[in-house]
This record gives sequence, structure tokens and C-alpha cells, in this order.
Amino acid sequence: MIEVKNIIKNYHTGDVDFQALKGVTFTIKDGEYVAIMGPSGSGKSTLMHILGALDTSSSGTYLLDGKDVSKLSEEELAKIRKEKIGFVFQSFNLLPRTSVIRNVALPLLYAGVPKVEREKIAKESLIKAGMDEEHFNHLSNQLSGGQMQRVAIARALVNNPSLILADEPTGNLDTQTGEVVLGTFKQLNEKGHTILLITHEHDVAMHANRIIYIRDGLVLKDEAVKH
Amino acid sequence: MKIIDVFEEIYWSLSANKVRSFLTVLGIVIGIGSVIAMVAVGQGASSNIQTSIQSAGSNLVTVSPGAPRGAGTQVSAGRGSAQTLTQADADAIKSSVTLAKATSPETTKRYQVTAKGLNTNTSIIGTVADYLNVHNVQIGEGAFINSQNVESLNKVAVLGPSTRDDLFGVGGTAVGQTIKINKIEFKVIGVTVAKGGSGFNNPDDTIYVPISTAQHFLAGGTFITSIGIEAVDANSMDSLKQEITNLLLERHKISDATLADFSVLTQADILASASTITNTLTYLLASIAGISLLVGGIGIMNMMLTTVTERTREIGLRKAIGADKSDISMQFLLEAVTLTFTGGVLGVVLGWLLSLAVTKFAGIAGQVSFSAVGLAFGVSALIGIVFGYYPARRAARLNPIDALRYE
Ligand SMILES: Nc1ncnc2c1ncn2[C@@H]1O[C@H](COP(=O)(O)OP(=O)(O)OP(=O)(O)O)[C@@H](O)[C@H]1O
Ligand SMILES: [Mg+2]
Repeated sequence: MIEVKNIIKNYHTGDVDFQALKGVTFTIKDGEYVAIMGPSGSGKSTLMHILGALDTSSSGTYLLDGKDVSKLSEEELAKIRKEKIGFVFQSFNLLPRTSVIRNVALPLLYAGVPKVEREKIAKESLIKAGMDEEHFNHLSNQLSGGQMQRVAIARALVNNPSLILADEPTGNLDTQTGEVVLGTFKQLNEKGHTILLITHEHDVAMHANRIIYIRDGLVLKDEAVKH
Repeated sequence: MKIIDVFEEIYWSLSANKVRSFLTVLGIVIGIGSVIAMVAVGQGASSNIQTSIQSAGSNLVTVSPGAPRGAGTQVSAGRGSAQTLTQADADAIKSSVTLAKATSPETTKRYQVTAKGLNTNTSIIGTVADYLNVHNVQIGEGAFINSQNVESLNKVAVLGPSTRDDLFGVGGTAVGQTIKINKIEFKVIGVTVAKGGSGFNNPDDTIYVPISTAQHFLAGGTFITSIGIEAVDANSMDSLKQEITNLLLERHKISDATLADFSVLTQADILASASTITNTLTYLLASIAGISLLVGGIGIMNMMLTTVTERTREIGLRKAIGADKSDISMQFLLEAVTLTFTGGVLGVVLGWLLSLAVTKFAGIAGQVSFSAVGLAFGVSALIGIVFGYYPARRAARLNPIDALRYE
């Protein structure tokens, strides 16, 4: 359960202050599948980072499963990121010069999963993300943009998180691979995982049950999708 | 996170960044290796000089003409240039100093020496039979000068092995041949055993002749350049020194010992002044080594700091996927320790090999000292750990997004 109330995020760049989020409020219940849409620079990624406990808001409250995230300690935040959240970065953020398998298995390392299992789970996750087996041992900097994206998705899924946050997960994918990824999200959602994804494409957003439109740091529209 | 996993991560991280790892280790290796090698050479040189002084004769007291001028005098150029010691002084010491076991007056001067077309310039020591005992010299072939030679002013010569090599070829037959010292013919009657040594007072590059012959045919006059006296035992060195000083003061009619026109030195005195020189040498080498350690350290520092950006992003990413501060700190600390330890061990090996090489090729017995190893190891470990760990610790405090955006 995600409850955000009046989230404001200010950036200080030099001597100008920029307000990327100007008071965002919404609630997402467990098991929902939500798409966030909005023009470039509207604050989608900023919001997603806050929801993923990767960044803190300047003001407002964020309750994740009833706990006020802004009041949690470093260790508790790390625990939440490790156990609850799978995050797909818009810019992938893979470990450079490191094999695909190791990139995907990395979260399992911190979760204390034994080595033999790590590799097995990582492979399964890569397949779910639509990755071909022949690239599993490639280094992360030898991949195409779409392949990197799938590795980033596989990494987000690998620790079986209850909340998946994906920042434009299909942005670099062709329709066919995009469908594989969206199919995986759908399956996970059916198993009860909460999914939140950012997209610019209406077709992609239509896979979700609900779309939140963001503009200039504010929620413009929040509506259910009629299938 | 399990410790074995931490080491696996370190392994991957170091092998994914081979150049960075290599340069860091190299900085440490050079720093540590040079400190160890330089200090080893310095200490080796010191002990070399000390053993060569000791090999000049045990329980040796040396009387030289000229006033003692404090530490350092005995090795200065002025030694022996004053003409205040005479044969009579030497005879008096021999006959009346009870603690003297053997006395060897010497008159030393360099001359041009020729033999069958080959020639050399070496020091000619005019002396007596007791020289062998006083200076621990052994005769290899033929015989040394005897008292008969001294009494009858025989023109006979005993060669040091290096001089023999110079005049008759390496290992050539010298005994029975004739050489010319300052154009006067001498018959070679013996060759001494090599003692090893180098520099101005190389005991192997010398010619010994009877002192009377040297005074009469070469130097002219009865002045002598030094008297070597062997004490009856090591404990009587100081009393022997005193006895000789008193005798010579009386003979030279000097009442104030500070105005003496001669100096009496034991091996211990010479060692003391030589060690001030060798200590300076060691400090000099140690400071050169210190500079290389510093340069190596700056290299490590530079490596670590230039990778901070990339590593900060990496730390942000690791935190984003669930690593907590202690995981990060542990990984980066152990990584820095691994690098410095590897570099340290290789550096010790390098320093040790360098000092072996110096021992082999320069004839200085390099001595690897534990304090040099400890110091070098400590300094580079400190640099490596501080500069490897400190930026990581700082990055681990940032929230993941700030770390990922760091530049
Ligand atoms: N670290 C930062 N410092 C200063 N300004 C920032 C920072 N990050 C984002 N911004 C600003 O905040 C605004 C929102 O950025 P954000 O990345 O959330 O946009 P977005 O909606 O994800 O856009 P896109 O669809 O292009 O990814 C932008 O105007 C951006 O310039
Ligand atoms: Mg964005």
C-alpha cells in the first residue's frame, strides 16, 4: 500500500531553486497495476525515485505499508529496497564491465542467497525479461540499449519484490520484446505484485488498470482503465 | 552478506578494472620495494665498511703523526703528512711498551711500479715482519719480509694479489721476478692472500718492502707514516693506548697532551668515526627511498581519487538494489586491504631481490631490515586504506540517487 500526501521535491541547482514536484497526492493499493504518464520533465522519474526509497522528498508524507518512509533509518531503508522493491532505472544503471548474469544476481548477493541458487534465479529472471540465453555471459557494456533494458528489468524482478517500479521499461524495446516484458508484468500482477510503470506510450499504459497523469509536478488526472 | 561473497565481489571488481588495480599495486610495490632496497644497501654498506676496518687487524692501535683534531681526523687527507714520527719512536715502543704484542712501523707512499713493460701506480708500504701479525695479513706464495731483509736493506718486495695481477697478469707468477719501484729494481719474494676490500686503502693493491729499504732508497729520511701496534688482548686496548701516548709525549717533550704532535687511535675510535659517515649514507638513502615511497603514495592516491566518480555511482547502484552501509564499507575496506597487501608483499619481494642484486653485482652485502619492511608496509597500507576506503565511506552515506548522479 502506497500513500503519498502533498509530496514536494525541490532541487537546488546553483542559486536557482526548482520545484520538480509541487504537492503530489494519491494512494495505490496492493496488487494494483498503475501506469504513470506525462510529458518529459514533468517529474515522473523524481516521483518514482521517492516511491522507491532511493531519494527523499522535501516535504509531504510517504507511507509504505503504513510506515513513514521519511522517518526510517538508513538500515531500514536498505532493508526495504532489498526486500520489497524492484526498481528499473530509466538509464538502466548496470554495473560496468560486469557480466549480465552477475548484474542480475547482484540483489540476491545482498539478500544473502547462496551462490548456486543466485545463478539459477538470475537466469529464470532473465528469461522472464525476454533476454536470449546467448547473451547471459556478455559484459554489460557489450549490450544494445534494448538488451540493457531487459537486464535492468531482470535485475528488478530477481528478488521477487512485492512492489515493482519501472521507469519506461519498454522505451528501448521493439513491440515484440515489449510484449514479452509486459506479459511478465501482467503475470506478476496476477500473482499479487504491485506494479507501477512510467511510459510515454498509450498502448503500454493500456496494459495497466489505472493511469495517473502528471504535469508540471502535479497530478493532472487519475483514472481507471476500461478494458 | 557473507564474507566469502564479499571476497568474490572484490575479485570481480578488481579484475573488471585491471588497469586501475595494476597501477595501484604498482605504486605500492615501487614505494615499498625502493625503501627496502635502499635501506638494505645503506646498512650493507655500513657493515661492509665496519668489517673492512675490523679486518685491518684485531686489537690494533695505530699511531699517526700530526695532531689529533677530533673525530674524522684519522681518515682525513692530512694523516701521515706531518713528519713527527721517527723510527726511533717505533723502536722505543717496541722495546718499552709492555702491552704491545707486535709493533709494525710503516712508511707508506705511492710510486710508479713497472715490471716487464706493465706498470701500475700503487702504495708502497715499508714495514717489518710483524706487519703480518698486526694487520692480519697472510702470505700466499713465497715469504714475507723478515728481520734479515730489514737489517741488510734488501731490495725485496711482497705484492698484494691485485698488484700481482696488474703487473704479471691475473694469477701470473711473480715470485722470483724483478719489478722496478721508482726506477729501482726489487726482487719479488712473496704474494699475500687476498683480503677483499676496495678504495684507497685496499690491502690487496699494495707492495710491501723492508722499512729500512723504503727509508733509504725511496723516501729518504727516517720518518715513518704510521705505527701499527697489536695489543696483547682486547681488554688492554685502552691501557695500551695510554702507555703509548705517555711514552711518545715524554719522547717528544710535550707536557700538555692536547698539544700532542701525534695521534693514537684504536680500532674502536676508527669504527666510531666511520659509523658517523655510514649513518649519513644510510640516512641519505633512506630519504631518497622516502621520496619514492611518497611518489608511490601519491600514485595510489591519484588512482583512488580519479575513480571516485565511477565508484560513487557503483556505490549508489549497490545501495539502490539493497546493499546497506556496512556491506559497502566492508567491501571497499577489504578491497583496499587486498590491494595494499598484494602490493606490499610484492614490494617486499622486489626490495629483497634488488638488495640481492646489489649484493651480487656491487659487492655490498644488502641487509633487509625488519624496521624498513614494517615502515614501508605501514605507510603504503595507510595510504591505500585511507584513499581507498575514505571516498567509499563518504559515498556510502549519500542516498542512492545522489550517489548515482555524482560527478
Ligand atoms: N538532480 C536534479 N537537479 C536539478 N534538477 C533536476 C534533477 N533531477 C531532475 N531535475 C528536474 O526536475 C524535473 C523533473 O525531472 P524528471 O527526471 O522527474 O522528469 P521526467 O518526468 O522523468 O522526464 P522524462 O520523461 O524525460 O524522463 C526536470 O525539469 C529536471 O530538469
Ligand atoms: Mg524520467
